[in-house]
Amino acid sequence: MASKRIAVAKTYKIYIGGKFPRTESGRYFAHKDKKGNVVANMCRGSRKDFRNAVVAARNAEAGWARASAYLRGQILYRIAEMLEGRREQFIAELVLQGATQKAAEKEVDQSIDRLIYYAGWADKYQQVFSAVNPVSSSHFNFSVLEPTGVVSILAPDNSGLLGLIGNVAPVIAGGNTCVVLASESKPLSAVSFAEVLHASDVPGGVVNILTGFRSELTEQFASHMDVNAVIYCDGSKAVAKSVQTLAADNIKRVIARDRVDWSGDAENPYLIRDTQEVKTTWHPIGS
Amino acid sequence: MATPENKLAFDGGWAYDPAPESTDHIRIESRYGLFINGDFVKPESGKYFDTINPANEEKLSRVADANQADVDKAVAAARAAYRGPWGRMKPAERGKYIYRIARIMQERAREFSVIESLDGGKPIRESRDVDVPLAAAHFFYYAGWADKLDYAFPGRKAKPLGVAGQIIPWNFPLLMAAWKIAPALACGNTVVLKPAETTPLTALKLAEAIADAGLPPGVVNIVTGAGATGAAIVEHPDVDKVAFTGSTNVGRMIQKKLAGTNKKYTLELGGKAANIVFADAAIDQAVEGIVNGIFFNQGHVCCAGSRLFVQESVADEVIAKLKDRMETLIVGDPLDKNTDIGAINSSMQLKKIQSYLKIGQSEGATMHQSSCSVPKKGYWCRPTIFTGVSQSSRVVQEEIFGPVLAIQTFRRYDEALVKANNTPYGLSGGVWTDKGSKIFKMTQDLRAGVVWANTFNKFDPTSPFGGYKESGVGREGGLHGLDAYVKLGAR
Amino acid sequence: MALSAVRKSVRFPDLSKVPAVDEVGVDERVARFQTRSIKKASKVEALKLVLSMIDLTTLEGQDTPGKVRQLCQKAIHLHDAMPGLPHVAAVCVYPTMVSVAKEALAGHDINIASVATAFPSGMSTLKVKLDDTRMAVKAGATEIDMVISRGRFLAGDYRYVFDEIVAVKEACGDAHLKVILETGELGTLDKVRKASVLAMHAGADFIKTSTGKIQPAATMQVTLTMLQAIRDFYRDTGKMIGMKPAGGIATSKLAIHYLVMLHETLGNAWMTPERFRFGASSLANDVLMQLMKQSTGVYQSADYFSKD
Repeated sequence: MASKRIAVAKTYKIYIGGKFPRTESGRYFAHKDKKGNVVANMCRGSRKDFRNAVVAARNAEAGWARASAYLRGQILYRIAEMLEGRREQFIAELVLQGATQKAAEKEVDQSIDRLIYYAGWADKYQQVFSAVNPVSSSHFNFSVLEPTGVVSILAPDNSGLLGLIGNVAPVIAGGNTCVVLASESKPLSAVSFAEVLHASDVPGGVVNILTGFRSELTEQFASHMDVNAVIYCDGSKAVAKSVQTLAADNIKRVIARDRVDWSGDAENPYLIRDTQEVKTTWHPIGS
Repeated sequence: MATPENKLAFDGGWAYDPAPESTDHIRIESRYGLFINGDFVKPESGKYFDTINPANEEKLSRVADANQADVDKAVAAARAAYRGPWGRMKPAERGKYIYRIARIMQERAREFSVIESLDGGKPIRESRDVDVPLAAAHFFYYAGWADKLDYAFPGRKAKPLGVAGQIIPWNFPLLMAAWKIAPALACGNTVVLKPAETTPLTALKLAEAIADAGLPPGVVNIVTGAGATGAAIVEHPDVDKVAFTGSTNVGRMIQKKLAGTNKKYTLELGGKAANIVFADAAIDQAVEGIVNGIFFNQGHVCCAGSRLFVQESVADEVIAKLKDRMETLIVGDPLDKNTDIGAINSSMQLKKIQSYLKIGQSEGATMHQSSCSVPKKGYWCRPTIFTGVSQSSRVVQEEIFGPVLAIQTFRRYDEALVKANNTPYGLSGGVWTDKGSKIFKMTQDLRAGVVWANTFNKFDPTSPFGGYKESGVGREGGLHGLDAYVKLGAR
Repeated sequence: MALSAVRKSVRFPDLSKVPAVDEVGVDERVARFQTRSIKKASKVEALKLVLSMIDLTTLEGQDTPGKVRQLCQKAIHLHDAMPGLPHVAAVCVYPTMVSVAKEALAGHDINIASVATAFPSGMSTLKVKLDDTRMAVKAGATEIDMVISRGRFLAGDYRYVFDEIVAVKEACGDAHLKVILETGELGTLDKVRKASVLAMHAGADFIKTSTGKIQPAATMQVTLTMLQAIRDFYRDTGKMIGMKPAGGIATSKLAIHYLVMLHETLGNAWMTPERFRFGASSLANDVLMQLMKQSTGVYQSADYFSKD
């Protein structure tokens, strides 16, 4: 009788600047399945990891904002292609984290389709939300949307894959870069998704993914002075108030998405608009 | 050493060796049927006609000549698909099919480019770098609109029209097919499309790609043929929407034919665009823009900058530089990667251009052509400019559709503007100046659907294109390009 | 004091007549040059022409006579395994190395170019810069590559920049003068065009893009802008000024793109080392590799070509 083949367990690292380092703190937290078996030792991300991720996001920002809308759409589409190619892997991973087979399939399919949805918006939201303004003086006046910059995202805890993608895709479709804190209770999909990003021509630093404890990192995500906007998806009123208060120090744009059903009707271009600024230009009309 | 007139010498010296694009990886069938209901089928009449390579007059393939019965079949297939799978499909899923077409075009890009150049005569550099990428991008752009129409029309609900009958020209065969099919499908319509009789092949290759993409049968039908086939499509009672790109004369006939019917139509017709160069322009880039505007694609461009207006104080300089630049344009084998100007699309078109060259000279204009050699077989026209013309000259008024530029001077802004607008056409216009306010004033004053400032012949799937006045009605591309393929009702 | 022949022949240009340059338009024209496909005999012809146009350069603080002698050896013996190669146009060194080069190149028809005028920054007094120039010429330099005062130019002191070039041209005597604009510090193509016009009217024999000491060095965009200025100057005056892009041209492919650009902008009369140079150090070996590939049909390795 042939002996059983020993599986090679995956090491779940974090994703910063297009690379997969371990947390600089060296700390971990064990992720267990329903039966209590340790499935993975997740990186317990530190504020230094977050600091490094923000540096990477900031460095990547100018290039990503200047990439053509067409290119951003192509890259988002490619992420969808890569995720579709790994459909079985992601379903299995969701089941491992407690989902039923049916629910896992639905979540993965919706995730892929959501990426395609936002790929299609990349070169259109500008047309829908811009304006040429009929000012009363002899000036050509136009308002365009521009990405706000670096966005920190506290991804929803109850939706490990779809909730993360539902926040990341509109942010990067709009030309921003981001640092994401994965769900604490369902962290595996976020790390695997980083691998998908890595295979999709996404420039390093455009999306950075950390795992770790909400209790330790929320404050960092909300207070960093070089972050332009913060998105939060969970938490008590107290947490919300704390995030809003900390964000005020550099007038961070605060986006609350704590009542969103990510598997329901949670895709629309206003999620892109949330992380855009409006720039208006005037120029005389005359010979 | 300096010659007396300080002229530059481009003749003789270093010559580029032939750099032919390879054709051994492409597939052209010896005969094509009509693509109806997801398959290639024989034409009811059993008749076929040749399609040739205008660079050497050799036959490339034979394509079917669709008659009334074939058109009936195609429309019926489109109707069934509209009532059936396509009409019932979730918009996001429709979008995914259109994305597939875009991806396959990207994967087969080189084959599409080579066949486009063989069939129509345009240089491989143009089909490779412009036509095919833009065509794929057009499908990609409109794929994304399929499930987003609620955001495109504030306060209104957009619904498809039904079956679209589409007739396209020979100057950008694959690109025009993309401009027609992509938005139609995105909005939920089905399509019967007829490519031009001299350039059917890339549309047929597109049909293969559409079949490979798995689109339900009947969603897109490609029927080849000539004028009679086109008329049958336009006049078919079960076609809800007609889209035509071609000459103003035919557009006029179509509009008359559709009078009294309920059919919606969009027309993209001819042009005689003014390209206006002010003395404060970035002169060298303006010269390049003039060349780009009239000589590339052999001047077979509806929005070509075929009337140059150059401010008098820089006229001599601009014309001298233009002549120098013309000397470096290579006219020749479309499949040579160094060719700038390919073959004229057909002997008929060449005759038409040549007759205008005669007309221009008989009107007293001075004609100047570059001195390059042209191959012996095939249809060729050297880049040509006419000076000593005025608004009343026929070569200034009428669309030639070849590499022929009519040059006038002007002194003041108002003069240039009045002359630029003094035409029944209104497709495009160009303005070259370093002064921003003048650009915005020109774009306000020019009666044209597309204004190019300090650039020319720029196209993008997100940018609406179409004419004022007799250059047509309706827009293709961008958000505004959706209008043509929807009916708007209350929410 | 009587005006020198140089001063008599120059006149300060009307800078208001310098045309604007549209950067996007320039990018598009450059892109068309880059899609030219140069093959077979025309490629071999181009590669040999490139070799003959190279100013083989060493401008390091760590240069020694030994280093310069080895560079001159390479200039004379590019690749003896391939007979019939043209020699490079010049070697280019610092003024204190000119006499070494002169001795090493004795009996060979290769020019000795020297940088001068407080190269690369140009941040010194006129007196120092002229002394620098005269020293190089006295030591045997047949060509002088000077730098303009970029700070003065950007501050709008065009008269100063002009006068400085005239003075250096005088100090050159029989040596021909290349004027380095340091385009990477000028910022826009408008400024590159203006500086080119200034330099040519002040007596430059060649205009040159860069010192190669900062980024960006030569680009096709600035070179095209300068070629167009040369063309306008030729039309107006009949004088043929040469062009030298320097720094960042390390591959044959890129060098051939430059030749295409030169050919289609200025025509046959400029397709010679008398009118066009490449300021390069590693380009020569890449050209040799490509020539070898053309004749054998096989891709080459750098191991087979001597490095200095």
